[in-house]
Amino acid sequence: MKIVIPATKDIVRGNSLIVSEKAIAQTHIINHFLTDIANVCLFFVRFIKQSFTPNHEFKEFFKQCFQIGYKSLPLISVTGTIMGLVLTIQSRPVLANFGAESLLPGMVAVSLIREMGPVITGLICAGKIASSMGAELGSMKVTEQIEAMEVSSTNPMKFLVVTRVWAAVLMIPLLVLYADGLGILGSWAGANLKGDVTFSLFFAQAFSHIDFYDLIPAVIKSFFFGAVIGLVGCYKGYNAGRGTESVGIAANSAVVIASLLVLIVDVIAVQITDMIG
Amino acid sequence: MKNNSQEAIIDIKNLQISFGNQDVLKNVSLQLFNGENLVVLGKSGSGKSVLIKCIVGLLESDSGTIDVFGENVNTLNGSKLNNLRKKIGFLFQSGALYDSMTVKENLEFPLHRIRKNLSQQEIDSKILEALENVGLADALNKMPSQLSGGMRKRISLARTIVVDPLIMLYDEPTTGLDPVTSDEISTLINEVQKKYKTSSIIITHDIECARATANRIVMLQDGEIYMEGDLAAFENSKDPLIKAFF
Repeated sequence: MKIVIPATKDIVRGNSLIVSEKAIAQTHIINHFLTDIANVCLFFVRFIKQSFTPNHEFKEFFKQCFQIGYKSLPLISVTGTIMGLVLTIQSRPVLANFGAESLLPGMVAVSLIREMGPVITGLICAGKIASSMGAELGSMKVTEQIEAMEVSSTNPMKFLVVTRVWAAVLMIPLLVLYADGLGILGSWAGANLKGDVTFSLFFAQAFSHIDFYDLIPAVIKSFFFGAVIGLVGCYKGYNAGRGTESVGIAANSAVVIASLLVLIVDVIAVQITDMIG
Repeated sequence: MKNNSQEAIIDIKNLQISFGNQDVLKNVSLQLFNGENLVVLGKSGSGKSVLIKCIVGLLESDSGTIDVFGENVNTLNGSKLNNLRKKIGFLFQSGALYDSMTVKENLEFPLHRIRKNLSQQEIDSKILEALENVGLADALNKMPSQLSGGMRKRISLARTIVVDPLIMLYDEPTTGLDPVTSDEISTLINEVQKKYKTSSIIITHDIECARATANRIVMLQDGEIYMEGDLAAFENSKDPLIKAFF
């Protein structure tokens, strides 16, 4: 069948199908989107396959744990403390209006551990870690370092991607727990700005409202946050284009997509927790 | 240098590769004989780099065969391809040094993976020997960002020769370098050929590098072999395209 391009509307005339430019553009977008989805699936399958085949790169894995975990501590420390501090300062007047000021430590602890700690840490990590992975792997692609690894009989998927993703999966839950702890500490500091509460009393009150049902779902979803951040960062960097501009695009799109996916995973996790609970 | 036992260690037949609608290599056939330096000349975009990336299996051809030491690269995968790659050194156009590693770690990286039976002492001694061969023994603990363009190329060459490859593939080894450093790199290529008894394919559009290193020259134009011969044949050619180069 003969295809003639540009007319304004789709008209079938005899054996010729006249297709509008708009329809062709839409087809290209759909085609591009579907190809992208297929590539993501293929990347994920390769990641899983390489994760469970021998010759693991343990040295690189521990190096990435250090990079992702230890080097994120200053940022997570500041974020976690401020999170608890601000939440306390903002919530205190409202609780005081209802005469429920004594519930402040418990309310802050539950908010931090169930939701704010994991999500804010996840978003901060999406910004810091996914962008760094996207930029690093993207620049390695542009400067042929990934190809150099391949010709050195090294599987770059195993060396670069598997190590980074598993390091993110392991480190982000630990960072979340660390942020939760500092958040409660920040909350205690906030409570002392306009009052006088001892450290032991505040913590006893905070932890009396928390049980494992609050902590476990939060930790489980943090593993998924780590997986999403690691996979998106690596996928975007590993599949960056050839020019230097593509490094910026890879880093930028890694942050945007990883942040969005962290929120989507959070919604799904909350729904599942709600159904189970 | 076909006289050196006439043994073709790389035999490419009817190689074709295209990206989208663009045919990059069309029916290319060539051989690399044992011990020779084969220079592949051509304008930018003529498919030179694609050719050597097909040889190490970084790119898959659409049709044709590439036999390296009698094994068809297109049919190899996984460990078999890796075993073949252990015999081939590839000097990338950009040097491709790992930015996050020191010079020593850059050289250790292929050694740990390709020469797994070496002790740390042997690895250290091989690294030092390779660095001495490129005249940069004092750069051992430097980061790639602390090196000049020429130094990066030489360290990259050291990383390639440290695993004792049998075939060297040079992708534009002198691009972006000043004439003096280019001359040093060309001299190093000849020294590597003599000392390590390697056979090499040198991709270049730098005519001085071709003059200094070539035993035989193949010229690519629009993805096809335009002319093949020794340096004298190219220098005496009346063809306007060849004359534009020489």
